[in-house]
Amino acid sequence: MSLRKFSRAGLLALAAALLLGVALSLPTYRAAYAQAPAAAPAVPTTPEASAAAPAATPPACDAKTLERCTPNSGDTAWMLTSMAIVLMMTIPGLALFYGGMVRKKNVGDTVMTSFAITCLISILWLLFTYSLAFRAGSPFIGGLDRAGLQGILSDISTGIGNPNSLAPTIPETVYSMFQLTFAIITAALIAGSFAERMKFSAMLWFIGLWAIFVYSPIAHWVWGPDGFLNSANADAKFHVLDFAGGTVVHVNSGTAGLMAALMLGKRKESGPPHNVVLTMIGASLLWVGRFGFNAGSAVSAGMQAGMAMAVTHIATATAGFTWMLVEWMLRGKPTVLGICSGAVAGLVAITPASGFVGPMGAFAIGIAAGSVCYWGCTGLKRMFGYDDALDTFGVHAVGGAAGAILTGVFAINEYGGTPGLIEGNAGQVLDQCIGVGIVFVYDVIVTLLILKVVDLVIGLRVSPEVERDGLDLALHGETIQ
Amino acid sequence: MKIVMAIIKPFKLDEVRDALTKIGVQGLTVTEVKGYGRQKGHTEIYRGAEYAVSFLPKIKLEIACPTNQVDRVIDTITAAAKTGQIGDGKIFVFGLDHAVRIRTGETDAAAL
Repeated sequence: MSLRKFSRAGLLALAAALLLGVALSLPTYRAAYAQAPAAAPAVPTTPEASAAAPAATPPACDAKTLERCTPNSGDTAWMLTSMAIVLMMTIPGLALFYGGMVRKKNVGDTVMTSFAITCLISILWLLFTYSLAFRAGSPFIGGLDRAGLQGILSDISTGIGNPNSLAPTIPETVYSMFQLTFAIITAALIAGSFAERMKFSAMLWFIGLWAIFVYSPIAHWVWGPDGFLNSANADAKFHVLDFAGGTVVHVNSGTAGLMAALMLGKRKESGPPHNVVLTMIGASLLWVGRFGFNAGSAVSAGMQAGMAMAVTHIATATAGFTWMLVEWMLRGKPTVLGICSGAVAGLVAITPASGFVGPMGAFAIGIAAGSVCYWGCTGLKRMFGYDDALDTFGVHAVGGAAGAILTGVFAINEYGGTPGLIEGNAGQVLDQCIGVGIVFVYDVIVTLLILKVVDLVIGLRVSPEVERDGLDLALHGETIQ
Repeated sequence: MKIVMAIIKPFKLDEVRDALTKIGVQGLTVTEVKGYGRQKGHTEIYRGAEYAVSFLPKIKLEIACPTNQVDRVIDTITAAAKTGQIGDGKIFVFGLDHAVRIRTGETDAAAL
């Protein structure tokens, strides 16, 4: 009972901290907002000029023109769409994908985990994680100039705010929300490893801290304007190609998942998936949403987005088919869960490569993903005996690492501006391996620390009675009939 | 009066019902059940992990009938539900002390 009190107190403290954060950030927000009108009159020097100003349209925003510019409407429309369909990947996509794989007594907890993570990560994003990840700061972590999303308004006529240099042709509001959906799904993916046995309150603490101390820095290293692994940053130590998140999203979430599975220990008993049709619907939503994820990562609606979309589809279809064939040969039957898992593995592996590789490269990556991830979920798992309940590590870390390394092999200069091993640039493979290695090591250390702290304060795992009766009834007071 | 209880394969339900209707059985009660017999269960494989499914879905029929009809009912069910494969099911017969039709209050033979 005292544990329960502890966890309740923890949740109350979280709520209080969030309110305090909002209260503290409000004055700075007002200040930033209030400065703008004061600055505006400084621009037109004469009354005539100020009368003429509204008529003239500012020039188009691009990498060189980031202030007083007009965002590209085509790019903005595509990015608004991408944001929405990437959010759909988590709710309901991932929620259904995972929900179908658990036993009936834990479905509610599993789908709610995805939903609650969506809410929690969004709040943290607003408060400071967006700023930490995607604003310039140091090579290791971003600055706090967008804390509370202050100054994010891109007002082209008065020059308040401006596009993020990472997405020069769209308003920063759109870029920020687009990247939010990535932060959400990365955290939600981890849930596959600790399903059916983690306390809901401990899950919230773990995911919140993980988003701050693991996701934000890693996203900044690989994608931040001055990140030390960012291939687009001329000053970067290692030029790691990661178009849409092979390291940031998949190696990252898969590794965190493995740590959670190891810290929590095995489930007392496990059963077959209660409804593979839910899983199939979820996998299909993940597939469709992935076009926003990968093609959207071009942050524009042009040639690169088109190629990213094409290779995403090719790799996914190939990997789903490959997994099915491998399973058919080794176990005698092609299964619904198998073909869906293969497709998700293909989505994962093409993620870092989309935008850099061509159609045949995607085909090769699809075959690799379908077979390597099959091994990740069967042979590898059996070899070490951890209970990665829904195979977050086997699909996401294994598939993400394979995809990231193969990006260095199949990258084509003509498509993404960087040659890979097949065009003679062996060094790129090394950079890719270094990127995966650094993310893996940092993730292991910090995730374990967070889990240890949460375990000491409120405990990670539900009691054996709760686990036996199902998390739905015990933790949420609801059941699915 | 007797209760004839039969456990059959689910896909045989319609055939059994038609056959029983033809010999004048006026009503029966059906329940979806799970169980095992000589057929045991089967294994299912999900991502390489095998799960033993030891209880198989079956249909349980309960038919109340006059004692002189019991043999015909048993023969009819046996003929209709038989596939010759393991797992066809079983038939059990119990005595029935008393019956009441709720709507009219009729009892025993009149209530069947």
